[in-house]
Formats: sequence, C-alpha cells, structure tokens
Amino acid sequence: MTTPAKTSSRYGATAIALHWLLAVGIVGAFGVGVYMTGLPFSPTRLKLYNWHKWAGVTLLALSAARLLWRLANRPPALPTSIEKAMPGWQRTAFHGTHHLMYVLFFAVPLTGWAYSSAMGFPIVWFGVLPLPDFMPVDKALAESIKPLHELSAFGLAGLVVLHVAAALKHQLIDRDRLLGRMGLGPAPR
Amino acid sequence: MTVILRTAALAAASFAALVVAPTPALAQQKLDAAKSEMQFISKQMGVPVEGRFRKFDAQIAFDPKKPEAGKVAFTIDMGSATLGVPETDAELPKAPWFNVPRFPQATFQSSAIKAVGAGKFEVAGKLSIKGNSRDVVVPVALTQTGGSTTATGAFAIKRLEFKIGEGDWADTSMVANDVQVKFKLNLSGVPAL
Repeated sequence: MTTPAKTSSRYGATAIALHWLLAVGIVGAFGVGVYMTGLPFSPTRLKLYNWHKWAGVTLLALSAARLLWRLANRPPALPTSIEKAMPGWQRTAFHGTHHLMYVLFFAVPLTGWAYSSAMGFPIVWFGVLPLPDFMPVDKALAESIKPLHELSAFGLAGLVVLHVAAALKHQLIDRDRLLGRMGLGPAPR
Repeated sequence: MTVILRTAALAAASFAALVVAPTPALAQQKLDAAKSEMQFISKQMGVPVEGRFRKFDAQIAFDPKKPEAGKVAFTIDMGSATLGVPETDAELPKAPWFNVPRFPQATFQSSAIKAVGAGKFEVAGKLSIKGNSRDVVVPVALTQTGGSTTATGAFAIKRLEFKIGEGDWADTSMVANDVQVKFKLNLSGVPAL
C-alpha cells in the first residue's frame, strides 16, 4: 500500500511558508539595502537603515529556524523523471546553488550586523530589543567588513536570479511542473 | 591727624586685602581639557549614539567649603562636536542641528551652587545653546587626588527646547527628544573638599 502523502514531491506546508516568506524578505532587504546607500543624510536614510537592519536580523532568525526545520524534516527528493532528465552538471549546480544560498542566508546578515557593531551603531531590534555587539567598535575593522557584506549580498542576489531562472526553465520550457513542489500549481510526479 | 590717616589707610588696605585676597587663589582654578570629557548621547530609533565635544573650557571659582559663593562658567565650541562618523559630522554644524556659523558656542553660567552630600553638589544655572536658554540643575560629584579634582556628572536636556534638529529632524520618533549630557572634568586649583 502506498499513501499519496508519502510519495508527494511537494515540500511540507511549513517549508513552503518559510520559502516564500524568506523570498519576499530577502528581495525586499536587498532592494532597500541598494537604495538606501545612495541617499543623502536624511530622516528617510536613517529610517531605511534601521528597517534594513531589523529585516536582516529577522531573516537571520527565520533562516536558522528554516535550517533546523529542514534538518528535522528532510525535503522530498526530486521526482525521478525530473532528476533523470537533468545532465550531471545541472544536478551539481542544483545542489551547489542550494548549499551556497544557505551559507549566504547566514553570511549576509551576520556581516551586516558585524559592520553595524564595528561602526559603533548597535542594532536595537524593532527599536525595542538591544542586540549584543559581537565586534568591538573599530572603524578600520568596519571598513574591512563592509565589502564582505556587499559581496555576500550581491552573491546571494546572483544566486537568487539563477535559482528563479532555473525554476522558470523547468516550468516553462521543460514543462515538468517543478513549481508545484513549492506550492505553485499541482505537484510533479 | 596722622594717626587717623594711618588708621584709615590701614583699614582701607586690610579691606582691600579681604576683598582681593580670595580672588587670586580662586582665579588659578583651571580645566585641563586634554584630561576631560564632554559627551552627549542621543537615541536614533532606539539606538544610543554617542557624541562628544573636543573643545570646551571653564572659568571656575569654587571652594567646596563655601559652595554657595562659587561660580562656574562653561563654554563649548559647537563646531568641535563629533559622532565619530565623517558623513554625520559634516551635518552637525549645519542650520538644522547646531548652526555653528551663527551660534559657535554653547554656554553655561551658574546661578546657585549647593552641597547635597559628601563631595556632591547641585549646580543650578542657565544653559544656552543655539540662542535658546533654559534653566538646568546639574548634579556634580567631586573626587580629589593630589592637587587635581575630578568633577563628574550627567543630566538630560530636551533637544527641541534648543531647536537642535529642526524641520524633518524634529520628529522625535526618529531622534528622541531626550539627550543625555555626560561630563568628566579634570580641574586643578580647587581647594580641598
């Protein structure tokens, strides 16, 4: 006897919810981050910097929750039909992209947090909860952390573009209903 | 006649001595700016941001045993303010904030000093920043080692009462109205406690 739930290639409801929540959050935080650095000294700039930091810490916490959830609830494997249709390099790219994205889910907010601490601006989450500074206040150190935050953020943005492009290629060109795995449309078999 | 004149001269001399004598001793009281700190701590969206003034001076005539007779005058060069970030430091002298070209100095002039405990005093006076004056009471604690006296204290001011942060920046949800002022002053020549 096989049960349909066991054979479904669709991610669980929690995993799907976390995926889309983080997708919106990451795109939003990245957009605000790119926009705010070009603004002149103003209340808007100050506001956006703080929102960006609050969003970053929230994304860090959600990513930790997501990783723990994923370790406890293994995601369903790719349907064999899709897996078989992929050349070896695509399978390597598929796993590599996901692993690297998970590394950057942590690296991007952590380097941002470290940069803020080293600049002497502790993060007060939503203006209420002061977070610890795990870096000393040191302008030279801050300047060396800044490019790491930028590079990791643009790296993550690049991977997101690749991730979306690959998903759309499966959905629209291969027509293998891959997006169903993440709750968009019927799940592939 | 000569006796009367002599007595008068003596009386005048001793009167002059009485009036003048305490002044040179008190006039020697000095602030060592290099060993002193003057900080201001504001809150930006809940984040405490520390700033400090690099240039300030004081004229002090104060005997801890006769605090009510004491006088303190303080001047701060507003152009010497720094938050440690060049972009922000460039904004502080501008009109919405300290307007340094028009109001280069902030001043404090004491009006009454009273003792409130061992080595503790309350200095009441007028604080003027950016052309606005307010009466403030500043608690000061004195400690002495050798010939030097350290005066420490902290008090809060409302930035909007001094029009610090005008226009868009008057929004206290962005920058809180309360600003803490903290100081540690190294003084020489203050008589023993």
